[in-house]
Amino acid sequence: MTAMLKIENLHARVEGKEILKGLSLEIGPGEVHAIMGPNGAGKSTLGNVLSGRDGYEVTEGSVTYMGQDLLALEPEERAAAGVFLAFQYPVEIPGVNNTYFLRAAYNAQRKARGESELDSMEFLKLVREKLKVMNLSTDLLNRAVNEGFSGGEKKRNEIFQMALLEPKLAILDETDSGLDIDALKQVAEGVNAQRDPQRSFLLITHYQRLLDYIEPDFVHVLADGRIVESGDKTLAHKLEEHGYAWVAEHGEPAGAA
Amino acid sequence: MTAERSDNVATLRENNPEVVEALSRRYGAGFITDIETDSLPPGLNEDIIRALSALKEEPEWMTEWRLEAYRHWLTMPMPDWAKLKLSPIDFQAISYYAAPKNRPKSLDEVDPKLLETYDKLGVPLHERARLAGVAVDAVFDSVSVGTTFRKELAEAGVIFCSMSEAIKEHPELVREYLGTVVPTGDNYFAALNSAVFSDGSFVFIPKGVRCPMELSTYFRINAGHTGQFERTLIIAEDEAYVSYLEGCTAPMRDENQLHAAVVELVALEKASIKYSTVQNWYPGDENGVGGIYNFVTKRGDCRGDDSKISWTQVETGSAITWKYPSCVLRGDRSVGEFYSVALTHHHQQADTGTKMIHVGKGTRSKIVSKGISAGKSSNAYRGLVKVEKGAEGARNYTQCDSLLIGKTCGAHTFPYMEVKNSTAIVEHEATTSKISDDQLFYCRARGLDEENAVSMIVDGFCKQVFRELPMEFAVEAKKLLEVSLEGAVG
Ligand SMILES: Nc1ncnc2c1ncn2[C@@H]1O[C@H](COP(=O)(O)OP(=O)(O)OP(=O)(O)O)[C@@H](O)[C@H]1O
Ligand SMILES: [Mg+2]
Repeated sequence: MTAMLKIENLHARVEGKEILKGLSLEIGPGEVHAIMGPNGAGKSTLGNVLSGRDGYEVTEGSVTYMGQDLLALEPEERAAAGVFLAFQYPVEIPGVNNTYFLRAAYNAQRKARGESELDSMEFLKLVREKLKVMNLSTDLLNRAVNEGFSGGEKKRNEIFQMALLEPKLAILDETDSGLDIDALKQVAEGVNAQRDPQRSFLLITHYQRLLDYIEPDFVHVLADGRIVESGDKTLAHKLEEHGYAWVAEHGEPAGAA
Repeated sequence: MTAERSDNVATLRENNPEVVEALSRRYGAGFITDIETDSLPPGLNEDIIRALSALKEEPEWMTEWRLEAYRHWLTMPMPDWAKLKLSPIDFQAISYYAAPKNRPKSLDEVDPKLLETYDKLGVPLHERARLAGVAVDAVFDSVSVGTTFRKELAEAGVIFCSMSEAIKEHPELVREYLGTVVPTGDNYFAALNSAVFSDGSFVFIPKGVRCPMELSTYFRINAGHTGQFERTLIIAEDEAYVSYLEGCTAPMRDENQLHAAVVELVALEKASIKYSTVQNWYPGDENGVGGIYNFVTKRGDCRGDDSKISWTQVETGSAITWKYPSCVLRGDRSVGEFYSVALTHHHQQADTGTKMIHVGKGTRSKIVSKGISAGKSSNAYRGLVKVEKGAEGARNYTQCDSLLIGKTCGAHTFPYMEVKNSTAIVEHEATTSKISDDQLFYCRARGLDEENAVSMIVDGFCKQVFRELPMEFAVEAKKLLEVSLEGAVG
């Protein structure tokens, strides 16, 4: 099976500082990959680079997404092509109604793909449908985007956006952080409901707990800008037990300091 | 009413040969030629003002009123330009009366860039033709759409007509109220306007009447080398209500044109006036060439107890805007409101704000100002909240928010307060923010392109003000911001 996403020897800098230092990773269609790793290792940087954020300069390597050069695309083109990033810190946009924002995003993506746009009635119907999968209070839908949302509400809003936008590759950056146990289960259910042979996930997390609910096909350890260890879900348990120092001893961290 | 007025001039020529002859004698041959194109030659003096007044068939008292204002104007110094960068205004080079000439015959002759703008604004095609000045009944100076509903309005007792008509048909009302809110000598441009005002709208809502529809006027500067000096007077008698909308555009010209309007509002006991403006005068090009100089005096007088005047404005146009719609809260418990969005881009300069003068007891005012600056523009809020000695328990709340787009623009806030009554409560909040990279990236990562992302963020920033606008106007205002911000990022 050809990879949906193929990252080869990726080097990227932020503010002149090299953060990703030769990262390689392949994700096949329908696969769920988890990335774990210490603070500051470059996990969010990877998400930002894949989504095309300004200021993240790729100096070496390549990223191929569904056969095309992902790095050549603008962020909005990547979104329309099916790349979705659930933010570690979702951004507030004061005064912009959440549902309105969602519809604008949804229609912008459809338009970019040459599909017809939905009017507000059709869109509302879609929202109701998705609410069954991922519960979000209508109050949050009627408020301004993320404005005054609690940490957990922001994360759930991200997953709701994902449910609505139906991406092909979803990168979830610490979506589980800051969630209470019920919210965690709901988010996991939301993700599981969207698992599909054509949809791949990249879960960035610090906690093995999330992986109890969303079972990954692969677990990777990202340290100092590259993948230093890969394995199946049991790797997450070992990490939980032994910490990242264990990887340094048992992995093949050639040169990883 | 332009068509009517142009016709009037024609009629005047045919029916009053003596008048024309008298006029031509006074101004010589060049004048005749100009009369044939329905305009006065450039220049400003007492003769010009008399001629203007005669062309408009005004009564003697009106002519005198103008002359008095003119004489006052002559004694006044130009306002201090310290903060504004502008080319000097040659008042002798301006024509003070100009009916359209060299009007485009069809849409094909209209500047495609202008049509594109209308297209983006969603103005329907026939309307576009009208706005572009193709049709005869178009929009040089001021045209009120009220004529269509004149019968219905008349049944309600509402008078809505051009100022010229009002002077002829309702002289007692005009004489009673004109210049009572903005006196002829109020400021340099108000004095000039009083002397040479061309036309404008007149609204009278009698006691106890709620105006059955929104009244609107569309202003447009069309002819080159002309100034526009419209004069609007709105009177709401006891317990009357009216919502009035004003829209403005101007074609692109590389010379600077002067627009110096005066708007006077009078609200008597328990009356309420809501005045909304969407101003999109030509702002000049990317390099700051051309554009309208917009020096406007707008003032509302809450003359009666429990009256209310609310100004809502969305300003995206003009090279220079100098405008402070104000409320004099004379009546006890009267309320003044000012909701403003001012957007500047490229080399535009806006200095706008409001004055709330609390005179009566228990008066309240609310100011919400949203300034958006992009490009190399500069955007200032200048507001005065004044509480007089007798204004027991007066309250003011002011909120000034500035949004910066890019690194080369500027925003300034100058809130002045003069409080002479210790029971008054005056609150002021100000914020300055930038459209953050985080916000932009968040929107783009969801599929919105940069321009859409910016306009969405700006729209959210302006929500509080847009909410105050009538529905169709809010939609227009939003589109206007989108158009105005094109190329602001990236
Ligand atoms: N915009 C930026 N400017 C400067 N440094 C940055 C920027 N973004 C990331 N970095 C730096 O890059 C490194 C990797 O950051 P990143 O956010 O990718 O880590 P992470 O693995 O997601 O960490 P965490 O687990 O704490 O979320 C850090 O040292 C961080 O300070
Ligand atoms: Mg992170």
